[in-house]
Amino acid sequence: MYKSAVLIVLATGLAMAQSPKYKVGKPATAGDIAQRDHFVSPDGKGLPAGKGTAAEGKSVYERRCATCHGAEGQGKEEAALVGGKGTLTTPKPLKTVGSYWPYSTTLFDYINRAMPFDNPGLLTHDHVYAVSALILYWNGIIGEHDVMDASTLAKVKMPNRDGFVADDRPDTGKRIKAKH
Amino acid sequence: MLAEGADACKLFRSLPLGKVLKDGLVAYAQNGEAIRPSQGYPLRLIVPGYEGNTNIKWLRQLKVVDQPYMAKDETSKYTDLMPDGRARQFTFDMDAKSVITHPSGGRKLVGPGFYEIRGLAWTGRGRIEKVEVSVDGGVTWKAAQLQEPRLALAFTRFRMPWKWDGSEVQIMSRATDESGYLQPSREELTEARGLNSNYHYNGTKVWRIAADGEVHSV
Repeated sequence: MYKSAVLIVLATGLAMAQSPKYKVGKPATAGDIAQRDHFVSPDGKGLPAGKGTAAEGKSVYERRCATCHGAEGQGKEEAALVGGKGTLTTPKPLKTVGSYWPYSTTLFDYINRAMPFDNPGLLTHDHVYAVSALILYWNGIIGEHDVMDASTLAKVKMPNRDGFVADDRPDTGKRIKAKH
Repeated sequence: MLAEGADACKLFRSLPLGKVLKDGLVAYAQNGEAIRPSQGYPLRLIVPGYEGNTNIKWLRQLKVVDQPYMAKDETSKYTDLMPDGRARQFTFDMDAKSVITHPSGGRKLVGPGFYEIRGLAWTGRGRIEKVEVSVDGGVTWKAAQLQEPRLALAFTRFRMPWKWDGSEVQIMSRATDESGYLQPSREELTEARGLNSNYHYNGTKVWRIAADGEVHSV
């Protein structure tokens, strides 16, 4: 009994010493959590207030996006946003928002969290909706004056929505036991 | 569960909650020191056996949700395009793989004689059960010695003594894991997946040793 009690005290002492050693962590406040919670789900959960159209997105795009993505989204190597239809079965598939992306909500989420490249977080939510609308319009998915907002964006059906399948590996070698 | 990093693009992935609870680690230190900035300081998520992109660096948020959120990095990237134009999604598990690290590309054998072939094997489906080595271009294979302990979802070292006669040879290894899966050749893999499936490549790695002892990648 006596030995067990000593061990518990030592173990507790070690656990408490870890945080000062590595200086990691502080309690998150409700404000911290709210400020970081900007995830957008494919059915539109998390989309904020705001709205925009392709027509409104053009000026923002020219100022903040065209340098890397080209004047009309054609991109420069990696950064193409439009085109690529019919290339997924060829030796050089071009994966763009139009030819590959399964969900329109990903467009809002990614622009909002990561763009523009040199200053993520710069764009207002209206700007993000407008630029999202512009890229969808360039890909022939919505009209130039269709309003994208928290209710309309998630309803846009992307051309390659049904182009994804679940992981069915192993697909080589001996097929033996069930996957875990 | 969503896991998000604090890098400029706030990279995040959607992960099955069961896997994270079973195997996941939130790492704050390694080898007695805080993990280094390039490794994700101050916190990094580690999901053993899963593709590396799920080990979120500079971890700043974990959120339990009711569905995958279809992040940019799990839709437009990290999906595996198949010959029919469809793409596999959420291909988390690492298929068994092995590679000979000695002798390997860029080295030069000093001359004919004894060498120890050494390498590493790993799998996302349990333990490594067997590693075989071929020193005749894949015609015949011999079981290598595995270093214990062999732990699930961890590197396993292998080695095999070999006497090089000085002629040009091709050497390679192939691993079998506890699910019974045998690491395929490059040809078997591209036959099954085509050439546009780029995120998971686990075909056999072949080294060519020239008569002058120089080791080249094949």
